[in-house]
Amino acid sequence: MQRADTYNDTVVRRFALMTIVWGIVGMLVGVIIAAQLLFPALNFDIAWLSYGRLRPLHTNAVIFAFGGSALFTTSYYIVQRTCHARLFGGGLASFTFWGWQAIILAAAITLPLGYTSGKEYAELEWPIDIAIAIVWVAYAIVFLGTLAKRQVKHIYVANWFFAAFIITVAVLHIVNSAEIPVSMWKSYPVYAGVVDAMVEWWYGHNAVGFFLTAGFLGIMYYFVPKQAGRPVYSYRLSVVHFWALISVYMWAGPHHLIYTSLPDWAQSLGTAFSLILIAPSWGGMINGIMTLSGAWHKLRTDPILKFLIVSLSFYGMSTFEGPMMSIKTVNALSHYTDWTIGHVHSGALGWVAMVSIGALYSLIPRLYGRTEMYSKRLIDIHFWTMTIGVVLYVASMWVSGIMQGLMWRATNADGTLTYTFVEALKQTYPYYAVRLAGGVLVFGGMFLMAYNVWKTITGPNISTASQPIPAPSV
Amino acid sequence: MSTFWNLWIVGFVTANIIFIAWLLYATSSGKKSDQPAGPETTGHIWDGDLQEYNNPLPRWWLAVFYASIVFAILYLALYPGFGNFKGLLGWSATNELQGQEAEARLTTARVLAKFDGKSIAELAADPEALGVAENLFAANCTACHGADAHGNKGFPNLARPDLSWGRSEAAILATITAGRQGVMPAWKDILGTESVTRVANYVYSLSGRPAPDIKAAAAGAQTFATTCAMCHGATGQGNPIMGAPNLTSGYWIYGGSLATIEESIGNGRRNQMPAWGELLGEQKVRLLAAYVYSLSPPAVTH
Repeated sequence: MQRADTYNDTVVRRFALMTIVWGIVGMLVGVIIAAQLLFPALNFDIAWLSYGRLRPLHTNAVIFAFGGSALFTTSYYIVQRTCHARLFGGGLASFTFWGWQAIILAAAITLPLGYTSGKEYAELEWPIDIAIAIVWVAYAIVFLGTLAKRQVKHIYVANWFFAAFIITVAVLHIVNSAEIPVSMWKSYPVYAGVVDAMVEWWYGHNAVGFFLTAGFLGIMYYFVPKQAGRPVYSYRLSVVHFWALISVYMWAGPHHLIYTSLPDWAQSLGTAFSLILIAPSWGGMINGIMTLSGAWHKLRTDPILKFLIVSLSFYGMSTFEGPMMSIKTVNALSHYTDWTIGHVHSGALGWVAMVSIGALYSLIPRLYGRTEMYSKRLIDIHFWTMTIGVVLYVASMWVSGIMQGLMWRATNADGTLTYTFVEALKQTYPYYAVRLAGGVLVFGGMFLMAYNVWKTITGPNISTASQPIPAPSV
Repeated sequence: MSTFWNLWIVGFVTANIIFIAWLLYATSSGKKSDQPAGPETTGHIWDGDLQEYNNPLPRWWLAVFYASIVFAILYLALYPGFGNFKGLLGWSATNELQGQEAEARLTTARVLAKFDGKSIAELAADPEALGVAENLFAANCTACHGADAHGNKGFPNLARPDLSWGRSEAAILATITAGRQGVMPAWKDILGTESVTRVANYVYSLSGRPAPDIKAAAAGAQTFATTCAMCHGATGQGNPIMGAPNLTSGYWIYGGSLATIEESIGNGRRNQMPAWGELLGEQKVRLLAAYVYSLSPPAVTH
C-alpha cells in the first residue's frame, strides 16, 4: 500500500538494517587496524590490507556508512512523524537509499585499491564525489520537501538540526571536493597549499559539527523525550543552543592547524570560537539529560534510555575536551598523539554510536509492528559491553597520547631529544593492547545487537504494513 | 590581508559574537514575571505525545556562556585574530619559535663549551662528555648503526676493535666529519662467475673456517693474491687507508655466508657514510668521535 495518507517506512527499514550491517563492517576494519598497530605483520604484506588503505576505509565506513545510514533512518522516520506527512518526492527517497549504498560500495572497493584524493574524511575520488553530491541533493529535496508539506505549524526541534546538517553538509562537500580530474581515478584539489589545508579542515571540523553533532542531536531530540515519556526540558534552550551551535561551529576548523603555516590570525580565531562552543554544545546535553528529570527511575529499568543518556554524557565530555585541545598550549602537547584518537572515539563511539544504537533499539520494533525488541536483557548486556569497551578505548588513548606528547617533546640540555621515536613507540604497546580489547568489546556488542534485531524482525506477529498518518493534535 | 578581507573577517566575527550575545540576553531576561511557578509546555504537540517545556536557561550554563564570550573577546584583543589587528601583546608564532630556539641554542652552547680543548681520548674517558655523546649518537646515528651501535647489514658495527677506515682518534674524527665513500668493484664480468666462486671460497676460509669447497679455495687463493691483495692486503687483513675491510676477523659488513661473499665480489658494493661536520658542527662531531672511540679499546692500532 503506497497511499499518500500512510508513512513511508520501507526506506526507513532498509536504512535501519544497513546501519547495523555497516556498523559491523566499519568496526571490524577498526579492530583490524588496531590489531595491526600492535602486530604490524597482520597486513600479511598485501597492499590492499595495509594500514594506510584500511584506515580511510574504517573512517569512511563508520562515519558515512554507519553514521550516514543512521541519520537517513532516523531523519526519514522523525520528519514524517513530526510533520504528520509522508516523505516527499515519491521514489526519490528510495533513490537516496540505493544511491547511498552504491557510494559506500564504491568506497569499499576504491579505498583498498589505493584510489584516494588524500584529503582526510574526503578521500573518495571525483566520480564518487559527484555521486555523493547528487544523492545528497536528493536527500535535501526529500527532507525539506516533507518539512514543507507538514500538517503542524511549528517545526519540531529535531528537524531544525536535521535540516541544518543536510544543507551544511551539501555546502561543505561541494566546496571541499572542488577538484580537477587528471584521470578516471585521480584528481587534484583546486586549492593550493595552506588554503587547501584550511578548506579541508573547514570541511573536516564542520563534518564533525554538522554530520556527527547536529544530525545526531536531531536523533536525541526525538528519541530521548519519546523513550522517557517526558516533554523536552526547555524550548528556549534549544533555540539558543541551535543558533549558537550552527553559527559558531563554522569558525572552529583552524584549530586543526595550530602551529602550522596557517596565518596566526586564523589559528587564534579558531581557538577563540572553539572556546565559545562549549556552552552551545552543552546546551544539547543539558536539554537531553534534564528531559529525564522526574523520570530518573526509568534509567534503572530501561537499557535504551541508558544508551541515550550515556551517549549524552560522552557528548558533554568530548565537547569540553575539544575546546581544551584547541588551546595552543594544550594542542602543542596533544596534537599528532593518540590523545586525538581517544578524543575522536569518545565522540564517535560514546556519542554517535551509542545514541544511534539507542535510537535503533527504540525504532526497529515500531517499524515491524512490535512494541519491544526481542530481548531487553540483551540490550542491557550490549549497553554494558559497549560502555566498558568505550571507556577502555578512550582512557588508554588518553594515557598513551599524553605520554607520547611528553616523550616527544622532552629534550636534553645538549639540544638532543631525550627519547628516540622508537622508544616512545615501544611505550605505547600496552595501551594499544588495551585499546584493541576495548574495540573488540564494542565490535562484539554489535553482534548481540544484530542477533537481537534478527530475532525481533523474524519473530511472530510482525507487521510491515504501512502505518496511517494520524491527524495532528494541535 | 587586503582591506576587503580584513573587513570581511572583522565584520563576520563581530556580527557572530553580537548575535549570540543578543540571543542569550533576549532569551534569558525580561520574561521573569510572566513565568508561572511550575514549568509549562509550549502548547505544541507532535506525533501524539511529543511536547516541550519552556524552562528558563540554567544560570550556571548562562554564566559559562557569557564567560566564554568575554574570554574570546579578551583573547582576540591580546593575540592576533581580529582581522589584521596584531593583538596588544605583539605575539606571533614565529617570534615564539625564534625565542625558544635562541634559548635552546644558548643552553646547548653552554653544555658543549665544557668539552672544548680536550682530545678525543680525553673526552672518551670523561663520563659527562660520554653522556652528551650518547644522546647525540641516539639522535643522529642510530637509524643506520643501531641503538647499540652494533650495525646492520651494510652499516658497520662500530663496537669492534677494527673499523674499515681505522679507529684511531684522527681516523674516526675524519670519517664522521667528512664522510666516506666505500667502493668494492664488481668482478663478475672481469673474472667470470666460476672464478668469483673460487675467490669467495678462499675469502670464506680467511676467518678460520673450512672452505665449503677446498679445491676451489686453493685456486681462489691465486686470484686473491693477484687481484684482491692490492686493497685487502696479502693476508686479507684489510687496509684502512682505502677503507678495505679486514676479511680475517669473522665480522662481515654484508654477511659472511658463501652466497653473500660471492655477491659482494661478483656485483661489488657501494656504500656511503654521510659527512656530518657541516650539519652538526665541530663540537658535536668530536663528541661523537669520542663515543665511537670509547666503544672498543683500540686493540688494533693502525
